[in-house]
Amino acid sequence: MRPARPYTDPYLAGVGIGLVLLAAYVVVGQGLGASGAFASVVASATAAVQGPTEARLSAAVAPYLPSGVASPLQDWLVIELAGVVLGGFASAWFAGRLRGHTERGGQIGVGQRMVAAGCGGVLMGVGAKFARGCTSGQALSGGALLAVGSWIFIATCFAAGYALSPLARRLWR
Amino acid sequence: MTPLTETGWLGPSGALAAAVAIGFAFGWFLERGGLGTAPKLAGQFYLTDLAVFKVMFSALLTAMLGAFWLDWLGFLRLDLVYLPETFLLPQALGGLLFGAGFLVAGLCPGTSCVAAATGRRDGLAVIGGMLIGVLCFNLAFDWIAPLYSATPLGAVRLTDLMGVPYGAGVAVVTALALAGFAVAGRIERGRA
Repeated sequence: MRPARPYTDPYLAGVGIGLVLLAAYVVVGQGLGASGAFASVVASATAAVQGPTEARLSAAVAPYLPSGVASPLQDWLVIELAGVVLGGFASAWFAGRLRGHTERGGQIGVGQRMVAAGCGGVLMGVGAKFARGCTSGQALSGGALLAVGSWIFIATCFAAGYALSPLARRLWR
Repeated sequence: MTPLTETGWLGPSGALAAAVAIGFAFGWFLERGGLGTAPKLAGQFYLTDLAVFKVMFSALLTAMLGAFWLDWLGFLRLDLVYLPETFLLPQALGGLLFGAGFLVAGLCPGTSCVAAATGRRDGLAVIGGMLIGVLCFNLAFDWIAPLYSATPLGAVRLTDLMGVPYGAGVAVVTALALAGFAVAGRIERGRA
């Protein structure tokens, strides 16, 4: 097995992501995203369980169901996020960084890490819904267009992270 | 001339093909920069690893400046690029919840997909949690709808709010980001 290569300089990776975001503005007239794809998947699953007519009655679900049939593949963000999975996999493959494991701080076990990851995910799921986007769709894509809400999101996100970081120290030590 | 979808050069199926390419490149660079690994991202909150800040703001700066100059050159119509709407209160609350979740999970929605794609089971747990979080939000939506749609400001930019030209805002954000990079360098040298 090849040894894993070190990561690229963060500024270089950042410029790369910035050019991708710029290409998205130019080609499709919108930025990148991630949490919106999760909302689409949940909406489609809801439609599959309840039936599309019933699901459409919910004001939270309806906007994420495409007209006609409910298929997550119709949503641009879902396709884009599938691309993210492929791109991340390919990059790690070429760098010899693919490895099945549970990544965590040195003082917690696998079970604790999985529970923390799941709870963090729940908080981000709710937070991204209220914020109408996440680090990709709101902070990056809206931030680079100077959208007011995007900068509110950036400020409050980092504020909460730093304010609570002493409480979560055990997770990452 | 562009955005291609807004000026009629690119149809819906072309946009979906572009989605794969754009997503692939996004995921590629996220992994290259090491943003698929939770302890590295969490290091941002303990100032032991500033990759999150560096990647995020160099990306933001590149896209912001690129879009500004392409618009100035007449290549991109910035007014046709989708601008997210602002809702002050829910977005501030959302940011706080999201920041807390980011700290605990060590990954955000996009990077959790990269983590999972590269074999990290904690990435899958974050993805599962996000889906549950969105579902909870949807189920409780009747309750929280008033808060969700409170304090709407519309699609508004910081520079509109302050009544200054867009270019001035771009210049200020550029200066602040460069200052932030310098501070990040000092923090790292202080640790070395």
